[in-house]
Amino acid sequence: MNTQALFSQLLIGAINGAFYALLSLGLSVIFGLLNIINFAHGAQYMMGAFAAYFLLQWAGLGYWTALLVAPVVVGLLGILIERTMLKWLYQLDHLYGLLLTFGVALVIEGVFRNEFGSSGLPYTIPPQLTGAYNLGFMFLPIYRGWVVLFSLVICLATWYVIERTKLGAYLRAATENPTLVQAFGINVPRMITLTYGFGVALAALAGVLAAPIYQVNPLMGSNLIIVVFAVVVIGGLGSIMGSIVTGFALGIVEGFTKVFYPEASNTVIFVIMALVLLVRPSGLFGRTT
Amino acid sequence: MATAVGVDIREATAARGAPTHQVIAFGVMVALLVVAPFLVYPVFLMKALCFALFACAFNVLIGYVGLLSFGHAAFLGTAGYAAAHAAKVWGAPPEAAILLGTAAAGGLGVVLGTLAIRSRGIYFANITLAFAQMIYFFSLQAKFTGGEDGIQSVPRGTLLGLFDLRQTYTMYFTVLAIFLVGFLVIYRAIHSPFGQVLKAVRENEPRAVSLGYRVEQYKLIAFALSATLSGLAGATKAIVFQLASLTDVHWTMSGEVVLMTLLGGLGTVFGPVVGAFILIGLENYLAQLGAWFTIVQGAIFVVCVLTFRRGVVGELGRLLRKPL
Amino acid sequence: MRIARMLVLGLVALVAAGPAAAQMSDGVIKIGVLNDQSSLYADLAGQGSVVAARMAVEDYGAEKKGLKVEIVSADHQNKPDVGSQIARQWFDADKVDVIVDVPNSGVALALNQIARDKGKALLVSGAATADLTGKACSPNTIHWTYDTWALANGTGNAIVKTGGDTWFFLTADYAFGHALERDTEAVVTKAGGKVLGKVRHPLNTQDFSSFLLQAQASKAKIIGLANAGGDTTNAIKQGSEFGIVRGGQNFAGLLVFITDVHALGLPTAQGLILTETFYWDMNDKTRAFAKRFAERDRGIHPTMIHAGVYSAVTHYLKAVEALKSDDGTKVIAKMKDTPTDDPLFGKGTIRPDGRKVHPAYLFEVKKPTESKGAWDYYKLRATIPTEQAFRPVDQGECPLVKK
Repeated sequence: MNTQALFSQLLIGAINGAFYALLSLGLSVIFGLLNIINFAHGAQYMMGAFAAYFLLQWAGLGYWTALLVAPVVVGLLGILIERTMLKWLYQLDHLYGLLLTFGVALVIEGVFRNEFGSSGLPYTIPPQLTGAYNLGFMFLPIYRGWVVLFSLVICLATWYVIERTKLGAYLRAATENPTLVQAFGINVPRMITLTYGFGVALAALAGVLAAPIYQVNPLMGSNLIIVVFAVVVIGGLGSIMGSIVTGFALGIVEGFTKVFYPEASNTVIFVIMALVLLVRPSGLFGRTT
Repeated sequence: MATAVGVDIREATAARGAPTHQVIAFGVMVALLVVAPFLVYPVFLMKALCFALFACAFNVLIGYVGLLSFGHAAFLGTAGYAAAHAAKVWGAPPEAAILLGTAAAGGLGVVLGTLAIRSRGIYFANITLAFAQMIYFFSLQAKFTGGEDGIQSVPRGTLLGLFDLRQTYTMYFTVLAIFLVGFLVIYRAIHSPFGQVLKAVRENEPRAVSLGYRVEQYKLIAFALSATLSGLAGATKAIVFQLASLTDVHWTMSGEVVLMTLLGGLGTVFGPVVGAFILIGLENYLAQLGAWFTIVQGAIFVVCVLTFRRGVVGELGRLLRKPL
Repeated sequence: MRIARMLVLGLVALVAAGPAAAQMSDGVIKIGVLNDQSSLYADLAGQGSVVAARMAVEDYGAEKKGLKVEIVSADHQNKPDVGSQIARQWFDADKVDVIVDVPNSGVALALNQIARDKGKALLVSGAATADLTGKACSPNTIHWTYDTWALANGTGNAIVKTGGDTWFFLTADYAFGHALERDTEAVVTKAGGKVLGKVRHPLNTQDFSSFLLQAQASKAKIIGLANAGGDTTNAIKQGSEFGIVRGGQNFAGLLVFITDVHALGLPTAQGLILTETFYWDMNDKTRAFAKRFAERDRGIHPTMIHAGVYSAVTHYLKAVEALKSDDGTKVIAKMKDTPTDDPLFGKGTIRPDGRKVHPAYLFEVKKPTESKGAWDYYKLRATIPTEQAFRPVDQGECPLVKK
């Protein structure tokens, strides 16, 4: 394989990594504060893509509006789930949160499948981003470039807010000792609710980004979820930077697998997960418990 | 880590010699299962029995050691492939095929268990998931498994050279016997001193260590036991349905067994059996509904987690004030 | 359990076509439509096949002729074990006489064996594997609509002949994908073309960009898609993003249905070449059928699988009426002896190996400007006559036709 092809596969890998990073970021934020593995993340990602489709079909609102509106709408639905169901589970084992959200995901996906079939619906790339750059070594669709840059910005902004601002400090403190933070006059339950909504909104945002590339399909998130889950675990549960870095890195690893051993490209992440957990039982960037 | 799961340790300590109500419950279950094939379609019952055994085996880990495995499909599926291959290609009699499948799952259980039991909680779930995904990949790639078509037309053969398993009722009672053996093995194991140590580990691992128990070994034995009996279920299933397929190694199968056990009652003796029958029954009778089945299944998860976390049998046991 | 049983009986009563019969005696013909109703193939088969079967029963005037027909349906979830369990239950306990449709080759092969063991009838419309009339052929099975050989042959031949002589395959890493790739490769090489490379991707791959780059680098004129459903649509959609077609390469969809084209939309799918044995806009009869069908299935226009179910059920009823028996083996034999004739496929025959034969058509997907509206998607490029459309009977290694 020549260097040119190598470069292009590297770039393609990074683009997929951007999706992993964005999705695992949301999962990580939710786990960090709520202690819940949000298995509905894939379904919420799918809802983001569908929201973009509906906005276009029913309200005539295009991609750029959807980028803003869809995450808010889906995030609000997330808040509803948190208020009605998840909040009863915080005192319990992780297992229950995982099972509940798994059930929620099944219900959401089932409903969408019933309503919209399984072949998926078309959504086109916004006119401003169609076309491609000729990079010399490859043909880079402009839209893909946009995806990488945009998700990188979102990821870093999220990291900055949580790790470097006062708001983030409250959040982190609330994970450690909610009672104490509450005593300082901060409304911890509301903060938790909003965090869940934010995590879900990130999933929906990834969904909107994905809509023009993949089919808008009720099943688009159902296999993705365990991959993203694996990314978060490899990065170390609850570590924001861990999931961003791991997301991009695994996208690239997967990209190379697609060249050298394409059949295994769905499995390679799990091989890495097993290896990482054998050596570092709490993931690459995880705190040991 | 502590789990919010299950039975109070006090309830189960008086375990030498089964308590009367459990003997009664067991009697009722056996009686029902003996009569059932004459009332309900026997092939459905056989499927449910295989899954009931699978769920019981799974319950050993989650209910009594507090370890959530998210990769138990690997054992079910591996045993199925081994048994189907032995029966079809090597012409092995059914008892040998089932034993071989069980042994294959047991061996896999020891290997994976050794690697996995050092992790805990969510990490344990993930490492088992990772291994199961690799087994899935292997099953997809290996020639002898037949890809998505699976190994089909596996002969049921003649049990011990005496019983023709092509007869539905002969097959049924063979499956019932296998199920009861597996069930009693599990019952015996968790009500033995060994089982008490497992529960001690679940409740407070550091304490168990300080009492001088070699916790890792106990966990490994429990893991291997669980894998072996899952394998027994998988091998039997392959012979009954004359088919071993990718479904049984897919991660959704690992999810389904969690659902069965949760629905019936984590850490209860009879819960997994009840859970398996309910879920397989729904799957069978709601197949007409198409996508609605997924919705119903998801809704059960949600309702179960929100309202009766102890599961059907767990709640029943609480009402009767007797652990079932 | 009893509740579940009652529930299922209720459902059966709901979908029953005629007035609810008392318990199934031999006087009732019970048709089971078994297919994927919830995932990959739910749109191209799914409830639509149930609608097609029901329409066939109604159009045949079964009731007037004194035949009591009931239709049941179930979802096999694309799992051979689920499918075979439902089939056993239908045959053993619910007195189903014939199972139709069965997309997914793995499930169809499993049912093929079960129907044979139990002496029942199986009419396959949805599954693709040519093994059903090859090594696995059975006196109880008829393979109705299409198969991998026909698709590979139609698409492969036509494309090589129009200059597409270098190929690169994107193959789903599954027995079915391999079969499709193998059959197409044979056709391409025989017609004088060359295969420059292939890549096998896992089933349900979301992102095809890496594979598309490899295909692009191969400089092959044609990228053959030996996959189905979401994999095919995603590959095509991303191919347009990477400028595959603008760069002078073309996609050949080896298993593409009109529902897939509908999902992609014409701007993305235009120019795609594919083989089908039925298109709704062929003549007045097919158009009339499509109109009635769409009214009953969420506006979806019939795929060739739906049409195949309709045609197969019609012919089945004809044979049962003539035979005055619903014994599976006998009915299938009678069906093979009788020439077929129905409004959708016209006149045709069924070969001894169980292959229903009819012409196949090579279509090209229209440009958005050529289309008059939703579902107006195909233009006919060539008709492959009946005798060339399917694998010659002596090449299939079917034990039933050995001399």
